[in-house]
Amino acid sequence: MTQTYRLATGGLIDRSRTVPFTFDGKAMTGHAGDTLASALLANGVHLVGRSFKYHRPRGIVSAGAEEPNALVGVGRDEGHYTPNLRATQVELYHGLRAESQNRMPSLERDVGSITDRLWRFFPAGFYYKTFMWPKGAWTKFFEPRIRAIAGLGRSPAAPDAARYAQIYAHCDVLVIGAGPAGLSAALTAAETGARVIICDEQAQFGGALLAEPGKSAWLAEQRARLAGFANITMLPRTIAFGYFPHNMIGLAQDLTDHQGEASDDAPRGRLWQVRARQVITATGAIERPLVFPDNDRPGIMLADAARTYVERYAVKPGNRAVVFTAHDDAYRAAVSLHRAGVAIAAIVDLRESPAGPGLDAARTAGLPVRTHATIIGTEGNLRVAAVSVATIGETKSERIACDLVLMSGGFTPSVHLFSQSRGKLAFDPALDAFIPGTPAEPTIAAGAAAGCQSLEAAIASGRAAGLSATGQAVAAPVAETGAAGFLGEVPHGRDPASVRAFVDFQNDVTAKDITLALSEGFRSIEHVKRYTTTGMATDQGKTSNMNALGIVSKSLGVAIPSIGTTTFRMPYTPIPFGYFAGYARGELVEPVRETPIHAWAAEHGAVFEDVSLWKRARYFPRGAETMHDAVARECAAVRAGVGLFDASTLGKIEITGPDAAEFLNRMYVNAWTKLKPGRLRYGILLREDGFIIDDGVVGRIADDRFHVTTTTGGAARVLNMMEDYLQTEFTDLKVWLTSTTEQYAVIAVQGPRARAVIAPLVEDADISAAAMPHMSVVECRVAGVPARLFRVSFTGELGFEINVPADYGRAVWEAVAQAGQAHGIVPYGTETMHVLRAEKGYIIVGQETDGTATPDDVGLTWAIGKAKPDFVGKRALARTALASQTDRKQLVGLLTADPAEVLEEGAHLVADPAQAVPMTMLGHVTSSYWSAALNRSIALAMVRNGRARIGQTLHVPLPGRSVAVTLTDPVFYDPEGARLDG
Amino acid sequence: MLLIPCPYCGERPEIEFSYGGEAHVVRAPANATDAEWTAFLYQRSNARGSYAERWRHAHGCGRFFNARRNTVTDFFEQTYKIGEVPA
Ligand SMILES: [Zn+2]
Repeated sequence: MTQTYRLATGGLIDRSRTVPFTFDGKAMTGHAGDTLASALLANGVHLVGRSFKYHRPRGIVSAGAEEPNALVGVGRDEGHYTPNLRATQVELYHGLRAESQNRMPSLERDVGSITDRLWRFFPAGFYYKTFMWPKGAWTKFFEPRIRAIAGLGRSPAAPDAARYAQIYAHCDVLVIGAGPAGLSAALTAAETGARVIICDEQAQFGGALLAEPGKSAWLAEQRARLAGFANITMLPRTIAFGYFPHNMIGLAQDLTDHQGEASDDAPRGRLWQVRARQVITATGAIERPLVFPDNDRPGIMLADAARTYVERYAVKPGNRAVVFTAHDDAYRAAVSLHRAGVAIAAIVDLRESPAGPGLDAARTAGLPVRTHATIIGTEGNLRVAAVSVATIGETKSERIACDLVLMSGGFTPSVHLFSQSRGKLAFDPALDAFIPGTPAEPTIAAGAAAGCQSLEAAIASGRAAGLSATGQAVAAPVAETGAAGFLGEVPHGRDPASVRAFVDFQNDVTAKDITLALSEGFRSIEHVKRYTTTGMATDQGKTSNMNALGIVSKSLGVAIPSIGTTTFRMPYTPIPFGYFAGYARGELVEPVRETPIHAWAAEHGAVFEDVSLWKRARYFPRGAETMHDAVARECAAVRAGVGLFDASTLGKIEITGPDAAEFLNRMYVNAWTKLKPGRLRYGILLREDGFIIDDGVVGRIADDRFHVTTTTGGAARVLNMMEDYLQTEFTDLKVWLTSTTEQYAVIAVQGPRARAVIAPLVEDADISAAAMPHMSVVECRVAGVPARLFRVSFTGELGFEINVPADYGRAVWEAVAQAGQAHGIVPYGTETMHVLRAEKGYIIVGQETDGTATPDDVGLTWAIGKAKPDFVGKRALARTALASQTDRKQLVGLLTADPAEVLEEGAHLVADPAQAVPMTMLGHVTSSYWSAALNRSIALAMVRNGRARIGQTLHVPLPGRSVAVTLTDPVFYDPEGARLDG
Repeated sequence: MLLIPCPYCGERPEIEFSYGGEAHVVRAPANATDAEWTAFLYQRSNARGSYAERWRHAHGCGRFFNARRNTVTDFFEQTYKIGEVPA
């Protein structure tokens, strides 16, 4: 196709640069400076989409962000595909590939349009009414079919291949919108030396003036002045999509989309988070469509958009136009199109006696004007072919052939961002529109967004905003007379039940749908909105909200301010998810924590598991070993010889100060005063409600120094809790808390031969059984490195944990591994650690406990320092309700009747597996493993009144069968604890 | 994103802070009655409007402080150090 509708002169396009592109595979050309929409119109293409619900043919309605119909998918491949882009905002580039949406197989022949003939069966709220019977039919039958028919674009089939950048910025004044008001505001503010950022969604600054050839000199002068200020940052192609508290504005800046099929090396876009002392919203106004029967055919567009296509893009949007208006501005459009060679068949004005310079100009140009008239219907399938015009209140109509209809119901100030900032909107009855009222943030609206009508008023308003934003006196605003236009459904005298006059093009909501919702009793505009879905499409009702309000107002006889308006939400226009993800993709989604020994473990074939953010070695398979084989071998090695385990992820907190012991007395359940330096104690931490939140071994290094360990996942939480009490509750104590989790590598050497392995490496300490008993700590050197050597066991075997500075972790680990070779040392992972501790009945906080377990529930009453006057959780443990409860879940062991049966963790326990469903649950399995040492399965469980049931048999119901289990003491292996003293 | 004035560091974005529940709830002593203990542990005023709260500048100075925040507007009215009496 050639650009049949391109004008020979004028516009801001570069005719020397021809830009090829395709639309639904058809090759076309445009020029540099075109949008996809203007290029399509230049090729005579109006039909660009099928509507959401009825699959009606739809055309380009606007020339900007408000476009409800012309939604396209753009991209060279699935990795660069963006759906639901407004063709009116897509800059044309060489080789652009665009496709229409919601049609099958093609725009011209679409099978989904059957719904248009069945439209009577799809009234407002049809989802709620029609498909709810029979039960289950919605999810199984109706929903999948409706989803296949209804819809907008499709998701890309491949991950986004582009990169995205993010940046934070601060400024004194952020000006949103670079039309006449925004430009004046930015320049006025910048003259004071203020740091100014000005952004605009378009490629060029100028806003509405880009479609005003007569103002090009003024515009060029303003742009030149902007460039002269070093304190102005200019951000074209940048959409302000969200207004966040305290003047934090989210901007999405297109960096390479407009450059064509750019390399992925450069970021596609940049998310700005701008904190501005003052915000000026100079976001313009949006023209309203008129709501008349069949007002949605391709070729029916907003009057100012048609003028913009002529003046800015040098495109004739049709050959013969009817202009339908309730506002003077449409006359300007009519004259503009007339000069461009479009025949103006009629100007149909709803008003009885319009007057003004626009009308005069139209009459001077000889354009036929019909006042007090309306359009009662249109014809044409894939393009409007004629309209029927009647005098208001009369039935006799005149058919006028045309291929273009311009409509103007007046202008709606773009108050979206102001509304997002939670500023209160005020209704201006002269304009019939909401304008910014009382602000909630330091924000000022300027220009058409504040209700200005004329260019002079907009410029003055921008200048005033710039002065005010920089703390200067402001002169009185320019007085001007507003022109309201029209809200709601136009009078057409036809049976309201048999016509469709569209209010929301994108969601296919008609005037009838809204009156139906009202007749069914909906009153709140928020309810009407949700029931009819008006204003709930991706355009958030930019062109439809005010008309919907007008219909509600007229139907109920209630003034618009009393109905109120719906809340605008971010984003102003849809923003690709990649902007928000930014750099946080793949491996950068969240931090990965690795221990100093991680690389060694990886080199030795470890299989890792995620434990909070940590990567922990789970097991070390040899050859073709399964996890089961490897864990059985590792367990046997620890029980019979010696194993090596990386415990570096344990949380560690250094508690120092003269009151350190007293602080621990108040925090932990245990008594600490009498713990001697050099000794360890197992500590339990409760919340104030008496339930276990963490546990760990605590070593007293000196009178005023403790080395506290926490669970791997609980480290940050415990430190925060300690800081809380220290700073706000126990403020009398002289104590300092320091996180040392990442400062130490912790190397556990466990098994009967543990001492023999490390003894040759230890200097400055006697680690014999007599000198260093179980639960003690010495400061010494291990492999030449200063160390805190704990004698401690989480396996039930003789064990040591070597704490060395993290940087030396791998060196000491390798020294131990080397020294252990003669003893057959085996590295083991967290899975083996779990089996070994379960064999000993040692709990894991968060596995055996679930936030509702007391120390007594898990058999740890012995740890409580009963003589202490207070500790966190003490009072809760004494509360009457707890003491009187006789069926609390308690920790027990389970042995299955069949020793080979390994229970599922989380499985429930019942007394009688034959009872009716729902069964009475007595407890659940918390840990379950194959025990190599016992050559059978073992499990731990929390069971109601469990300790009294030891010896009894309960059952685990499973699909089709149940498993009998005997309740036992939770310590399966070495119940006397003799092996600890080895 | 809110700016929260830390009494030690000045205004910082809210992502640096963590919430600590209602402020000025006095911890009941170990000999409190069940009713007193329940009131301390569970009962909060949950005010609509001005609400006294504890916050921590967790990713900053680490200090806990008290604040009055309007729960309707979400905006902070004032912040003050632990132990200080608000103006
Ligand atoms: Zn701070």
